[in-house]
Amino acid sequence: MPNNRKYNLTVSPDFKPDRIAGWYIFNTWLQKKTGLDIHLELYDNFEEQRSAIRNQQIDLIYANPFDTAMLVRELDFKALVKPADKADEAVIVCCEDNPANCIEDLREGCRIIATDDPDINMIGMRMIEPADLDDSNTTTTQVANYVVLAKRLISGDADIGFFLKEAYDDLTNITKRRLKVLVTSQISVIYHSVLAAPSLADQYESLSQALLNINTDAKGPGVLDALGIKGFEAMSEEDAEFMIDLMETLRD
Amino acid sequence: MDDMNPADIQGDMQEHTLNLYECGPRKVYTVDREIPFPEGKLIVSLTDTKGIITHANRAFVEMSGYEEDELIGQEHSILRHPDMPAAAFKGLWDDLAAGKKWHGYVKNLRKDGAYYWVYATVVANVRQGKVVGYTSVRRKPSRKKINECITLYKELKDAE
Ligand SMILES: Cc1cc2nc3c(=O)[nH]c(=O)nc-3n(C[C@H](O)[C@H](O)[C@H](O)COP(=O)(O)O)c2cc1C
Repeated sequence: MPNNRKYNLTVSPDFKPDRIAGWYIFNTWLQKKTGLDIHLELYDNFEEQRSAIRNQQIDLIYANPFDTAMLVRELDFKALVKPADKADEAVIVCCEDNPANCIEDLREGCRIIATDDPDINMIGMRMIEPADLDDSNTTTTQVANYVVLAKRLISGDADIGFFLKEAYDDLTNITKRRLKVLVTSQISVIYHSVLAAPSLADQYESLSQALLNINTDAKGPGVLDALGIKGFEAMSEEDAEFMIDLMETLRD
Repeated sequence: MDDMNPADIQGDMQEHTLNLYECGPRKVYTVDREIPFPEGKLIVSLTDTKGIITHANRAFVEMSGYEEDELIGQEHSILRHPDMPAAAFKGLWDDLAAGKKWHGYVKNLRKDGAYYWVYATVVANVRQGKVVGYTSVRRKPSRKKINECITLYKELKDAE
């Protein structure tokens, strides 16, 4: 049953800039579908978003897997759905003329360039361990997005870059020709998900149903297209717990 | 647990008898062949609280050389390599009993007698405040760390 309360939706700040419109379209669609009054609040970075979450300003979130543990285990959010066919994979890239051909060719003092995307950065740090590299013998520069990251890597500001695979694949061919992939993760069980706060407890079912049936809704395919998502799949409590335990093994 | 089958082994093999904690003696065969860790992948398994395998991802199944249905329901010691010192696994079970996360380098034995090195992390699966099982995630270890472990594990083995 709809009610007259106001809710806030937010989105993991790692979305591509050209998807902003898509999230507004999604929010409008979701409000029509559920009859709920939902406001979309976007944050520039993860820190701002986390403090809003901790201040109970967020009711619904398309969350980065890195934050799922906090949301589910500390703040009692419930996992509703995950995007179909869309796991988060990381790619470690260097310049095309870098003599390194694999991770083991990297050396102490390696200069990393990365965005603030927390799950990709965590996977990236784990994937350089075979070269005995970690926080103590590397330096990391943070940039605003993956396009800037590629540019700075090509201009020699860093030795390697951590990319979300999807963002790397989206670079132009001209850019990709100047870069070389050292390793690509194939983890397949780390993904973003839609989580709802206890404030939405009476709406869990209707929200899940709306999202699971989005493909068969008249406007649904257009909304999905704007988000770059194929559809949503059910996510059980245990699916979320499994992913949280797995992420926990990768934190150190 | 069933002994390993010499018919599954290719090459010069050595026979060993392990004394497993839950399963008693098991005859295993080893060959001196290392299989490289699959690039970019994680090897994942879940167990119940006793160490019985309840789930294995595809990388786990492929690296072990077993079929999935030969693994599910078995003790995790099905991968126990005779070069691993008992102290390593005692450390694992002690840490888990104390509610701690465990990290360690492990040499695992495949069905075909070959081996593969991993860096493993095990965490408890806590549901409604109770430990219902464990997740183990293995990633690619550095060669330097493997070489240190080869020396250390041999010393521990010799002292057993
Ligand atoms: C989640 C989990 C994963 C484990 N993974 C392995 C493994 O990959 N290889 C291994 O030899 N033992 C592994 N063990 C430890 C075994 O249960 C067992 O203790 C070990 O093989 C030594 O055998 P024993 O305890 O019978 O002496 C794992 C245990 C747990 C709880």
